[in-house]
Amino acid sequence: MAIKLHGHPFSAATHRVIACLEEKGLQYEFLHIDLSTGQHKKEPFISLNPFGQVPALEDGDLKVFESRAITQYLAYTYADKGTPLVPQDLKETAIVYVWMEVESQKFDAAAAKLSFELVTKPMLGMITDDSVVEEHQEKLGKVLDVYESRLAGSKYLGGEAFSLADLHHLPIVSYLFGTKTKALFDARPHVSRWCADILARPAWQKVVEMMKH
Amino acid sequence: MVVKVYGAAYAACPQRVLVCLVELGFEYQLIPIDLHSGEQKNPAFLLRQPFGQVPAIEDGDFRLFESRAIIRYYAAKCASDGGTNLLGDTLEERAIVDQWLEVEVNNYNSLIYTMVLQLVVLPRMGLVGDMELVRDCKGKLEKVLDVYEERLASSKYLAGERFTIADLTHLPNTRFLMDEGKMEHLIKGRKSVYRWWMDISSRPSWKKVMELRN
Repeated sequence: MAIKLHGHPFSAATHRVIACLEEKGLQYEFLHIDLSTGQHKKEPFISLNPFGQVPALEDGDLKVFESRAITQYLAYTYADKGTPLVPQDLKETAIVYVWMEVESQKFDAAAAKLSFELVTKPMLGMITDDSVVEEHQEKLGKVLDVYESRLAGSKYLGGEAFSLADLHHLPIVSYLFGTKTKALFDARPHVSRWCADILARPAWQKVVEMMKH
Repeated sequence: MVVKVYGAAYAACPQRVLVCLVELGFEYQLIPIDLHSGEQKNPAFLLRQPFGQVPAIEDGDFRLFESRAIIRYYAAKCASDGGTNLLGDTLEERAIVDQWLEVEVNNYNSLIYTMVLQLVVLPRMGLVGDMELVRDCKGKLEKVLDVYEERLASSKYLAGERFTIADLTHLPNTRFLMDEGKMEHLIKGRKSVYRWWMDISSRPSWKKVMELRN
């Protein structure tokens, strides 16, 4: 198979790429990298990503790492397959990129920490640090206030169509919806509407099913 | 059309946009925002940038924020107009440019930003920086730079043999690290990284941005 995804079934970054592959309806082979044995820090994986992080993607001879670079590659290379995930117009694309940067730097900064404390730590038998949770819930709340404003006037973050700017949020939003942090999203009607919409997408539901097995 | 850049020439993210506009030959006008008095948090500015940060741009009636989104837009605009292509010619080349743009955000910027905050910004505000956090970040950054060293030992620029926005995006933070952060040895001590740094920082576009600070 031409497309090979090296990742871990619980890794949000891996889910980000799977969501994209499913939206595009692409065939791919999933290769499990065992994080618990440090497989991601050794050969052969380290040749795919010298920073030793999942996921990494192979498409024929091309090797790419960084989940948000992989999703962009798939969105452009397979533009004519499945769901369009980036606009054609340069200005519309720029707006999508604004919100991709916001997700990567502002949303993820707070939300990924919360996911680590409230989802990952319990999974690993570690103790949640409540002060970290409180601090990052406050930060996330401020970010979501901006999202509430944006989504009051726009169906999706990048505009009227679903795009990578929305897709990139799915893994962490999904994890946080299983925690008390869901309240932050529920308290904001436009954010809540947007979350319900993107989480219900059939492609994302496939990722959720995969995680159960 | 002149691109209005709202920000300050001494701040890293506006510098990222300015060096890109100069490199690609777009006319710009820098509209100063007084960061010391917190002008970026004023209601008027929040309409341009809802997180209260610089830069923001206005190009005719087109507005954008987030420096890395802005440089991608102008790089794409220039390439599609038949000008210099800093994005990559093929889909595969573009993927590698995007890969190193992401590395800068996720593995490089966050570490340098934290260190500069603790070493420079907080002391200027009369607060004490967290030196243990600095040591922790420095240790992580050394490992990241080792990966850059290996990459740049066999590749002239990060994405390949040509200068791209993947290299350009590193200019502001690297300079902050070396100058205000007083950690130039991290760069100078790595032969290929230093070779790359000397190359990209001696580009006329970067020299122009450095002049704008005065």
